[in-house]
Amino acid sequence: MSAAADRPAIRVVWLYPELMNVYADRGNVIALEARCAALGVGCEVTRVGIGDPLPEEADLVLIGGGQDREQRRAAPDLARHAGTLRAWVAEDAAMLAVCGGFQLFGRWYRTAEGEELPGVGVFDVTTVAPPRDEERCIGDVLARSTLEGIGEVVGFENHGGRSYLGPGVEPFAHVEFGYGNNGADGAEGARVREAIGTYLHGSLLPRNPALTDHLIRAALRHRYGEEPELPEAPDPFAARAHRTAAAVARRRSRRSEA
Amino acid sequence: MAALATMTNKLRTGAALIAGAAAAEASRRLGRGGGTALPGLVAATIAPDITAQLVRRAGAGTVVVTGTNGKTTTAHLLAECARAAGSEVIANRSGSNLERGIVSAFLADRGNGARGRLGVLEVDEAALPPLLPALAPRAIVFLNLFRDQLDRYGEVDSVAEGWERMLIADASGATLVLNADDPSIAPLGDAARGEVVTFGIEDDGIARDGPDHASDARFCRCGAPFRYDAIFVAHAGRWRCDACGRSRPRPLVAAHEIEQFEDGSRFVLDLAGERIEVELPLQGLYPIYNALGAAAAAHALGLVAPVVAGALAGAGPAFGRQERFQLRGRELRLWLAKNPAGMNAVLRALTAAGTAAGEAPQPRLQILAALNDGIQDGRDVSWIYDADFELLAGHAASVCVTGDRADDLALRLRLAGVRVDLVQPHRASALDEALHRLPPGERLEVITTYTAMLQLREIIAAGSGVAPYWERERQR
Ligand SMILES: [Zn+2]
Repeated sequence: MSAAADRPAIRVVWLYPELMNVYADRGNVIALEARCAALGVGCEVTRVGIGDPLPEEADLVLIGGGQDREQRRAAPDLARHAGTLRAWVAEDAAMLAVCGGFQLFGRWYRTAEGEELPGVGVFDVTTVAPPRDEERCIGDVLARSTLEGIGEVVGFENHGGRSYLGPGVEPFAHVEFGYGNNGADGAEGARVREAIGTYLHGSLLPRNPALTDHLIRAALRHRYGEEPELPEAPDPFAARAHRTAAAVARRRSRRSEA
Repeated sequence: MAALATMTNKLRTGAALIAGAAAAEASRRLGRGGGTALPGLVAATIAPDITAQLVRRAGAGTVVVTGTNGKTTTAHLLAECARAAGSEVIANRSGSNLERGIVSAFLADRGNGARGRLGVLEVDEAALPPLLPALAPRAIVFLNLFRDQLDRYGEVDSVAEGWERMLIADASGATLVLNADDPSIAPLGDAARGEVVTFGIEDDGIARDGPDHASDARFCRCGAPFRYDAIFVAHAGRWRCDACGRSRPRPLVAAHEIEQFEDGSRFVLDLAGERIEVELPLQGLYPIYNALGAAAAAHALGLVAPVVAGALAGAGPAFGRQERFQLRGRELRLWLAKNPAGMNAVLRALTAAGTAAGEAPQPRLQILAALNDGIQDGRDVSWIYDADFELLAGHAASVCVTGDRADDLALRLRLAGVRVDLVQPHRASALDEALHRLPPGERLEVITTYTAMLQLREIIAAGSGVAPYWERERQR
């Protein structure tokens, strides 16, 4: 790290905080900021709205979910940034794209009306919204992450679109209880390099502190080339909320057959 | 054939009414609050057209109140206005606002055959479109539209689209009573076949800087973002769209010169040109919108300002909405909050009182907060991250947390910078503990989601000697 005396800090870009926020996506930013504070890491969040330029550099990019109408607004604006976002992924910047944001970070999203929204192509993922009368995938989720050291992730999903992974990505997790990307193949989300896409919305990071720490570490590696020493800072409140959510998913969500 | 069909139908209706009444009686004997919904469920299962038949018992017609937040309070205030004008009222007063709750309210009504009664019905925003033809209301009050239980209602846009299709299909010419300040509500006037009565706030002295984080009305239907000259609550205010020229209509019924106090507010009510001072015994800004919605509906029914002002001043709180109790020598107040906008309204009401602008807050609030994740609450508790619990920081002297998802709420409060003194999922134990910690002379503010409110209210009512709600309903 360049200046050991200075507090390390990460540069976070939050895409469309006012537009893509339908499922409490702010919760992820709140948890990230609080966790950085507990670890002694600075956290500079830049909010990027429709028409705004991207900053020169970013260590961590966040995008949340939106309704169809909002996705339709965000998609063309996001297309302007496709090249930059893909370049950032290639140089191992961290990313977390949730629900609608995950869909838009894929190759394309076809709405229920058959309209095709272009994605930025961060993930080799395509998403198809089924006809309007088809059931949405709604409920508590318990999944096992494919990332080392994360283990069990808990959350809530609420999506109409069914996503399918291409050969260029791995699932972020395997569903044990809940639907996941499409309710059929057991895959939940996607990941490539340090970018993660998932359907687990809103309070994903508050209830999954291991994932929050993983993103902070990846962002620090991106900025400094190495991880600074971080203190052990267990959060009993987050651990309890995680356990409760896991118990709820086990009790009332369907067990994945895949 | 036709005669036989009619007879079968009559028999079925009769059977439905008998079964419904029996269910109501059984439910009361069991001492279940579910008496507000079960009879209707039984009757509606036997005779699907029971609603349309029962609603005709309201000889003076019905008024429907819908929207995300404030339905129960608004319907309650409107019923008080109608009573003050000498009407008898049939109402689903305890917030049971699906078809079964409405049917139950009519089944429980004992004034058989009396003419001239007014139905005042709160109806769930998603349940309204299919029910509207059966209810055939004289007027529909649309209060607001916020994100609420997305796992149950779906997205906000689909609720708004459902309302619009409903109004276009409805040829009855019902009067639309619309919140001019909510940009999701005011444009419904375009679909009106009958009269439109608008209501809103006209007082820039209480305006805020910007809409809440979880705003659900950022964009006009033309696609451009709304601009605001004043924001009063959530996304309600004086809005306009510079792209297409659409803007907030001037409200016919309005609140001016608002003053807020610890236990209520005072404002000048402009009822279509008649001005009168109103004292509203409900705390916070949001109840003023409820009072305006009720006043505007009362105006549509032909009530005059002095009657309306008197009724608003004399109305107590509605079921679980700022209701007060005495328990073991302590005072408690129940605050229902079931979505981000509702929670923000409660948090603002609690933290605004007793703090002058620019002054540092005093940690004076004693709070018991409850979060459940039942079907009626919404299974998804993520919404607590859309609510601005940060408002509480510095204002709370003590916070106890309870409910099935107490752990999630405790984490949210902690992330908001609020100290949490106790996490106890079990309702009765948490209430005991919170009362035990309450300093003498202080009041416990109980902030709770819907099913936790029913549970806590039952415990509180049993301990404080207040008759259960369904018993009080019978005695009215
Ligand atoms: Zn416009």
